[in-house]
Amino acid sequence: MTKPTYPQIPSSEITPKQAYLSRRDFIKAAGVIAGSMALAACGIASAENPPEASAPAPANPAQKDELGDPVNTFQDITNYNNYYEFTTDKEGVAPLSKNFKTTPWDVEVSGLVKNPRKFGVEDLVKKYQPEERIYRLRCVEAWSMVIPWVGFPLAKLLKEVEPTSDAKYVRFETLFNPDEMPGQKSVLYPWPYQEGLRLDEAMHDLTLLATGLYGGELPAQSGGGIRLVVPWKYGFKSIKAIVKIELVANEPSTLWSAIAPNEYGFYANVNPEVDHPRWSQASERRIGEFKRRETLMFNGYAEQVAGLYAGMDLSKKY
Amino acid sequence: MKKSRFTLLQIIVHIGGWIPLALILYDFFTRNLTANPIQAIEQRTGLQALTFLLLSLACTPVASIFGWKELIQRRKALGNYSFLYAALHVTTFFAIDYSLDLAAVWRDVWNKSYIIIGALAFLLLLPLAFTSFNYWMKRLGKNWKRLHKLVYIISPLVVVHFILVVKGSLAQLQGNLAQPLIYGGIALLLLILRIPKVKAALLVRRKNLEPGFQEMVLFIKKSFKTDR
Repeated sequence: MTKPTYPQIPSSEITPKQAYLSRRDFIKAAGVIAGSMALAACGIASAENPPEASAPAPANPAQKDELGDPVNTFQDITNYNNYYEFTTDKEGVAPLSKNFKTTPWDVEVSGLVKNPRKFGVEDLVKKYQPEERIYRLRCVEAWSMVIPWVGFPLAKLLKEVEPTSDAKYVRFETLFNPDEMPGQKSVLYPWPYQEGLRLDEAMHDLTLLATGLYGGELPAQSGGGIRLVVPWKYGFKSIKAIVKIELVANEPSTLWSAIAPNEYGFYANVNPEVDHPRWSQASERRIGEFKRRETLMFNGYAEQVAGLYAGMDLSKKY
Repeated sequence: MKKSRFTLLQIIVHIGGWIPLALILYDFFTRNLTANPIQAIEQRTGLQALTFLLLSLACTPVASIFGWKELIQRRKALGNYSFLYAALHVTTFFAIDYSLDLAAVWRDVWNKSYIIIGALAFLLLLPLAFTSFNYWMKRLGKNWKRLHKLVYIISPLVVVHFILVVKGSLAQLQGNLAQPLIYGGIALLLLILRIPKVKAALLVRRKNLEPGFQEMVLFIKKSFKTDR
């Protein structure tokens, strides 16, 4: 029997760029109409607060993940997230990153590859035609969201630089610039942020390099210029503002496993059976919902990724 | 001017005791409790419970260092506000976060040290809140003071609970530890000031204070004593 190692996301879930772009226009137009109706109803002059032209589309209730759960609002996604390079306050990230420049953005791909190169994110977007991917994000703090990313599989970029046969892992590094990222002045963290994946995890089709969100650009607070999204792992694996991707032979160190190796493993797969030593991971709160949900094995992507870990003791390789 | 029954300090304590709750309610109704309001309520009530616990713990040493006796009378109210926020904290956890699903709570947290330590602190706080009425003070006599020394155990437990809920590692002094360590440092200081030798040394010091400093203390005390 040839069971595919990972079924693709149902093609109905992937929105062609043309479609979501025109949908954005439609939503924008709908928003303007609804807005003007509301204003008319209240009898308020609209001149004071014209709708921001660049504001991304509001939540489209039609957008759901493959399990049928709606995407979170753009407001929640971009105003409630961890990004310790700016601050440990989840609501403080957006205001503090307001002036952070995400374009132009370069990412250097090096290490055990045949064609080491520096890429401009703009060129990558042109070359790889990013697509929309609706993924669940499960934070190790037991909250979760459904997020419509725009990006392309990391595999495409890796194939282009051609890893040598010695390359077994991929190491990622975030920009280090304490002047623009004030959280990096804190001595409580071993900056810069670094993360890693096994090469087969990195080559998996679900593993995304995101360059956009909600049909628009990737906002600074969400990890722009370019970030990783690994939906079956806890959120901290999905490193933001990447400037360096390095192919290496040995398992790279990661920021959180350097801080507390007994608590944050290299794999960090979402796993309700394996608790963080101090907190349970059995349930979570989906942002916007009242009741807790059961956490799903591999965050609901078990069918696609469980094969990567066949024969591994996940309670030891957490 | 009619003489008030209340001192200024008393008024400050009681208004200050309700302000954090009012702010939480205000933020709730104006939808400013973050995208994760339940967790925000848990975090804010928890922090307030610890804040008021430390304030009540600060009364005795501050009163003996500065000779500001009225603080001793306000100690109990501060402790009761600590209990108010602790009770809201625990209630939010069980009734809202886990929707009273005790099976889910048990499965998620029975072996989690931060819950066990937090629950222990709350259980120890219960008899203190319960005996805070004058009736019990009189009835228990000397034992009341003894019983209320439980706070020396409760406050370190709460600090440990705080350290365990944040991300990071105390052993490596890395992670999200700034706030719990500040609170922990204050708690430690307030407990050290109760060690008999330290206390005696401080009282000797107090007598040698510069006159100017004493005058300042007197002035602060006076300004709080108006309308008595």
